[in-house]
Amino acid sequence: MSKIMDWVDARFPATKMWKEHISEYYAPKNFNFWYYFGSLALLILVMQIITGIFLTMNYKPDAELAFASVEYIMRDVEWGWLIRYLHSTGASAFFVVIYLHMFRGLMYGSYKQPRELLWIFGMLLYVVLMAEAFMGYLLPWGQMSYWGAQVIISLFGAIPVVGEQLALWIRGDFVVADATLNRFFAFHVIALPVVLLGLVVMHILALHEVGSNNPDGVEIKKNKDANGKPVDGIPFHPYYTVKDLVGVVGFLFIFALVLFYAPEGGGWFLEKDNFVPADPLKTPEHIVPLWYFTPFYAILRAVPDKLFGVVAMGLAIVVLFLLPWLDRSKVRSVRYRGPYFRTALLLFVISFVALGYLGTQPATSLYTLLARVFTIIYFAFFILMPIYTKFDKDKAVPERVTNQ
Amino acid sequence: MKALIIAAVMAMLSLGSAPLMAASSGVALDHFEVDLRDQASLQRGAQIFTNYCLSCHSASLMRYNRMAKDLGISEELVIENLMFTTDKIGNTMDVAMRPEDAKKWFGVTPPDLSVIARARGTDWLYSYLRHFYLDDTRPMGTNNPFLVNASMPHVLWEQQGFLEKDLETGEMTVVREGELTPHQYDEYVGDLVNFLAYISEPSKLQRLALGKWVLLYLALFFVIALALKKAYWKDVH
Repeated sequence: MSKIMDWVDARFPATKMWKEHISEYYAPKNFNFWYYFGSLALLILVMQIITGIFLTMNYKPDAELAFASVEYIMRDVEWGWLIRYLHSTGASAFFVVIYLHMFRGLMYGSYKQPRELLWIFGMLLYVVLMAEAFMGYLLPWGQMSYWGAQVIISLFGAIPVVGEQLALWIRGDFVVADATLNRFFAFHVIALPVVLLGLVVMHILALHEVGSNNPDGVEIKKNKDANGKPVDGIPFHPYYTVKDLVGVVGFLFIFALVLFYAPEGGGWFLEKDNFVPADPLKTPEHIVPLWYFTPFYAILRAVPDKLFGVVAMGLAIVVLFLLPWLDRSKVRSVRYRGPYFRTALLLFVISFVALGYLGTQPATSLYTLLARVFTIIYFAFFILMPIYTKFDKDKAVPERVTNQ
Repeated sequence: MKALIIAAVMAMLSLGSAPLMAASSGVALDHFEVDLRDQASLQRGAQIFTNYCLSCHSASLMRYNRMAKDLGISEELVIENLMFTTDKIGNTMDVAMRPEDAKKWFGVTPPDLSVIARARGTDWLYSYLRHFYLDDTRPMGTNNPFLVNASMPHVLWEQQGFLEKDLETGEMTVVREGELTPHQYDEYVGDLVNFLAYISEPSKLQRLALGKWVLLYLALFFVIALALKKAYWKDVH
């Protein structure tokens, strides 16, 4: 066995890579619950790709055939229903996991120096994932697929001068049609997944270059033993492989619970209207985007002007990229932050959830007012950050990680 | 603070369920409890469906032989008693009426019913099919509070009889009795709705059957994984 490995290692750095990224990658020993979501996101990505391959074998990207081909998968393909539900439930699970993963970064300051690029790659992953989900949702070619895409693409029309031409160029037709379905299929099954995989590699390489942050926000590389190993670090394998296994099985239990007993997710994961084939002549009464887009949809609707609404929606994502430079505190973890940041983070989370809810509801005057208030809080979290983090009464950060 | 954050995230996770699709008229729906394990009910539903619905509506995603297998009906029985539009048991439930004719006769092409239970919800179907009332202003002579100005006639009038609606209170009273008592008619429609729920997702029978074993396996695996983690982490302090 070792002879074979020697042969391989002389030609390919297999053992070297294994050590560098797995068996001798030192991670802080104090990871808590919030640190499961990175490995879970990777698990879901792999699951989406594998189930996606099998779905592609039976799906027909054709406006005449798409809807029925999905039901063909649900009925006539062996285990097709399982593969399809794994994929559709997986899409929602992906966003649950990613939002929790991002919230972890926010809470423990994982975006702060030297992890700015790690954060940027993560944000790029998030943006590409949203595009991937949006395009994938058109493929079942139900009413919500169709009208959701129609609404989102028409937003590009708000851009002055080139807007309408741009929307036309994206659709490939004057309305969402067969041409749109075909190109979205191409993006969904090959273009965007390739970008996602590339970004995941960069995200992980950046992580392993700077090392993982932890709930205390303490840099474990500052305390090394005689062998140059971080005192508070433990090798990723076997410690975190076995720990993440617990997280994976726990996640799969909840995932299976939804998949087998509520794959529609109460109408959030598979919408009722999407069981009606796309009809360009019949607009549904109430067009709601998928739940993971609703916070941004609420921001869009909160702004009275269409163009500024689109701009605000875009900025709501752009500001997240700037986080490493907006935060002026020297402290990473929320555990040792002062009251200003703690309050701001709490308000931010409340606004994000509230906007998410409002985005699913009809825009009544009360709801529009609420959406405006929460939109202002959302942006205030970022715009005022350089001020409140600078003057915050941060606590002393311990030298070593704690057992808290 | 920590507790608050956790509470906020938990609130984010439990978004509750999507609002029930209200009937366009705003009339409250009657609830119907679907029971896919009640094979006798599904068989009765299949009979009603193939005799009354299938003359105008298709279920073009549903195959006869799949139905035969899932509902415990022999293929011979299906061919003799339930198949009127085709002679091949492997075919789907298509409709004999041509779409152009349908459009001419009813003004619309009757929708395919394969996944109607997932699109409309079973409560809506159960309410809709029990509330046709006499209305002279409509071409078919009936109207429905759950689908105002529906083009569909009251197909099951022989069973239910006819209802009249009090325009002020909205209350409906029987003006001509049918073959079935109101209670029997509710059960009759219930069987049909049950069947519509079944054809909207035939794999649900397998899904529910498999689910508990997967969960059991994962629960056992979780205990083992946790023990494994503890064993490895003994020396980490």
